Amino acid sequence: MLHKTADVKFTKESSTLTAHIEGEIDHHGAATVRRLIDTEIAETLPETLCLDLSGVRFMDSSGLGLILGRYNNAAKFGISFTVKDPSPSAKRIISAAGAERIIKIVYGEN
Amino acid sequence: MKIKSENELSVTFPSLSSNEGIARAVAGIFVSQQNPTIDELADIKCAVSEAVTNSIVHGYKNSFGDIQMTIKLLPERTFKIEIKDKGIGIPDIAAAMEPLFTTDAENERSGLGFSIMESFMDTVSVRSSPGKGCRVVMVKKLSPIRRTPIHN
Repeated sequence: MLHKTADVKFTKESSTLTAHIEGEIDHHGAATVRRLIDTEIAETLPETLCLDLSGVRFMDSSGLGLILGRYNNAAKFGISFTVKDPSPSAKRIISAAGAERIIKIVYGEN
Repeated sequence: MKIKSENELSVTFPSLSSNEGIARAVAGIFVSQQNPTIDELADIKCAVSEAVTNSIVHGYKNSFGDIQMTIKLLPERTFKIEIKDKGIGIPDIAAAMEPLFTTDAENERSGLGFSIMESFMDTVSVRSSPGKGCRVVMVKKLSPIRRTPIHN
């Protein structure tokens, strides 16, 4: 599997919307994912938004821009924001940018 | 002094965002021949992604054109990667390379592209001027291969 485009699937549990992001989150993939997540938030109005990054096979600063953009968006609407189980690719760019000081990252079940 | 490369590869592709992944994959395949560590390979692919994305998003912001990526394998497992475009060029390179500086905050550009390139590669140099495109050259030397001693 040389090149997987980005995709996102949603699960909702009580008032938490989880966006399971998969594939390569570069500038190309981020545009699609951004639109899908923002639409889902507007339709479900959750109290918490969780981005599950376990399926991210690649992420660069464009992907990080997507994450931070969703964080800003959530904050604007008073929605809590967490990132869950970042893959090695996701973790590498989050650390390189020092973004773990800004966004809440959780590991493990729920 | 021009250093002779042991191998090299050059690809040219149009400034479509779908080519960001292809550029990464091509760079990855070429670099993989030298058995990089997982981190070294990921670093190089990410740096390539940043440079190519810059050409697409900024260089060819309101236009369309070709991007050329040339990768050279130099002695001592050193890779030199050049990404070149004929886009609008950068008026102030020093400002552009400042962390968090971006001319496109509206589209959630983080302004971290150059910082990431400098973080993941050994050296990054940029040559550009308005109307004259942009040429980014990045170099990374892989760590020596550790040979496991064979015991009887």
